[in-house]
Amino acid sequence: MKKNIQILFIMVIVILGAAGMPAFAGDSSESRAGGVFSETMKNYDYDIQVITACDGRKRVVVEGFKEGELLPPEKAREAAKLLNSLMNYCEAEIVAVIPKNRIDILLSVNGEPFVNIDNTDLQLPLMLIHGGQSHTEREMQIWKAEEQKVIEKGYKLFHSQLTGTNGVSCDMCHPDAVNTHPETYPKFQTQLKKVALLRDMINWCIEKPMEGKPIPDDSEDMKAIEAYILSTRKGVSLDYGKH
Amino acid sequence: MSGKHDEIIKKGRQLSRREFVKLSAAGVAGIAMGPGIFIDVGNAGESFTFAYASDAHLIFSSKGKDHRFARSLIKAANDINAMNPQPDFVLFGGDLAQLGKPEELEMGKDILSAIKAPLRMMVGEHDWYLDMGEKWQQLFGQQTYSFDHKGVHFVVLNSVIVEDYWTKPKMTPEQRMNAMAQLDNPNGRPFTVGSEQRDWLKNNLSKVASTMPVVIFSHSPLYKLYKNWNFWTDDAEEVQNILSPFEKVTVIHGHTHQVLTNRLKNVSFHGVLSTAWPWPYAPKGVPAYTSEMFRSDPFNNFDGCGWGYVNILSSGEADKTYMPWDRNPMKVTYEELAAGKTGAVPPRKSSGPRY
Repeated sequence: MKKNIQILFIMVIVILGAAGMPAFAGDSSESRAGGVFSETMKNYDYDIQVITACDGRKRVVVEGFKEGELLPPEKAREAAKLLNSLMNYCEAEIVAVIPKNRIDILLSVNGEPFVNIDNTDLQLPLMLIHGGQSHTEREMQIWKAEEQKVIEKGYKLFHSQLTGTNGVSCDMCHPDAVNTHPETYPKFQTQLKKVALLRDMINWCIEKPMEGKPIPDDSEDMKAIEAYILSTRKGVSLDYGKH
Repeated sequence: MSGKHDEIIKKGRQLSRREFVKLSAAGVAGIAMGPGIFIDVGNAGESFTFAYASDAHLIFSSKGKDHRFARSLIKAANDINAMNPQPDFVLFGGDLAQLGKPEELEMGKDILSAIKAPLRMMVGEHDWYLDMGEKWQQLFGQQTYSFDHKGVHFVVLNSVIVEDYWTKPKMTPEQRMNAMAQLDNPNGRPFTVGSEQRDWLKNNLSKVASTMPVVIFSHSPLYKLYKNWNFWTDDAEEVQNILSPFEKVTVIHGHTHQVLTNRLKNVSFHGVLSTAWPWPYAPKGVPAYTSEMFRSDPFNNFDGCGWGYVNILSSGEADKTYMPWDRNPMKVTYEELAAGKTGAVPPRKSSGPRY
């Protein structure tokens, strides 16, 4: 498979910067962040040569060379190797920039902002940006299961008489977590005379009607209770401050 | 009084008397009615008032009667005792205990014994599913019974019967009780009156003239509102069919802890307040007759809770008054209900406060 890709590189199309290809915006790596390829190529100061892979989705931009200009063998090899690496990420649209005066390269995946990556061995840290590819079904299942664990922990606490001391539990006033309105926080809680977050009200309920000890804001229990409450409001639009 | 009305009273009287005789002869009356409960056959057609408290959900803890729910029930008993004139009797609408514990039921009986007017008890699922009603029946007698009062036929049902889902997975009594006590339990089963009680009801009502006013006490609403929270009776239609020959039927139910009103054909339905806490309104299914009470203020222990009373009019129909603590009373008259109107309370879907 790799060999096939390398053969395909022979067919790499060299696109001329002036012929309809927009130039890069900005001249420093930091200011190049953001935008899709066509949007970010405006007003590019350097001469550039853009090499596009056969799938039309991967591009390597080589700074310091005009389109059509013969690349030195070392530079050509670097560009080909980079493009070859990018071809491992089939579905992604990737723009890589080999800067003129730097040893790192810049990478933008699917229109995400450019990030600097270490160019020494082309071990692309693409997990920075979702692995440079769509989530797999397996990943999605794992993440869902992890979420579910936290939500279920919250469900148990919410339905537990152990959260307080007097036998009252959250669900006794809030079956299915209704009337908790998590999407309305933060808001000025008139009875507390200050702006409250959902966790402040959770703790108020634990302390007063349930006569228990408040849970630390950063505790796993608090995160779990918030996760359960929020999970019941999926799809409800955020309306903070609503009374 | 019209001639028709006299006729109704006469029929009601005769039937009451006949039933009284039958019940006495069978030796059932004493057991079914409990001490201090009597059948009054002398004043048919007379208007009268009975009060109610409901859904106290007493929790047994080291706080004893200082527990907030115990204090609430004591408050309701005091309020009822302060009524002037006194109600003819007081209904307790079920869920006296939170987890059916003997200590909870005994504390409840103790608190309720302070009520001066005669007390009629009804069972709720929180009273029942730890020992399948053993303690409750020991303390309060029959779960299903009827009595006549001033020309009105009253029936008390156990409407919280669910199919056995505990034996197979070998749930302990505590697990069964906890499962039943969780309103939003996705593994719960719908409440029913059940075929046995429906047969009993049919038989019981067969001796009652269709013109005699009938009032049914049930813990669950005898209609289908919201299944997920068991604001629901699965055989509601069958029960309603049994009630369909009667001209004046009122159902008073507990369980829903809120102002709730419905009218289906010949039957008016009224929920009652809890003394312990208000349930939120169900996400769907709330009858259009209901004038929803405002969202209660959680910072006020008693808000959204309370007690209330029912006026049985001389016509045999019922006006219902909710007595929420720290708020104005809310009255739902039969006249408004029959005209399809909701009560003189804040309109539904108002932008009332949300906390």
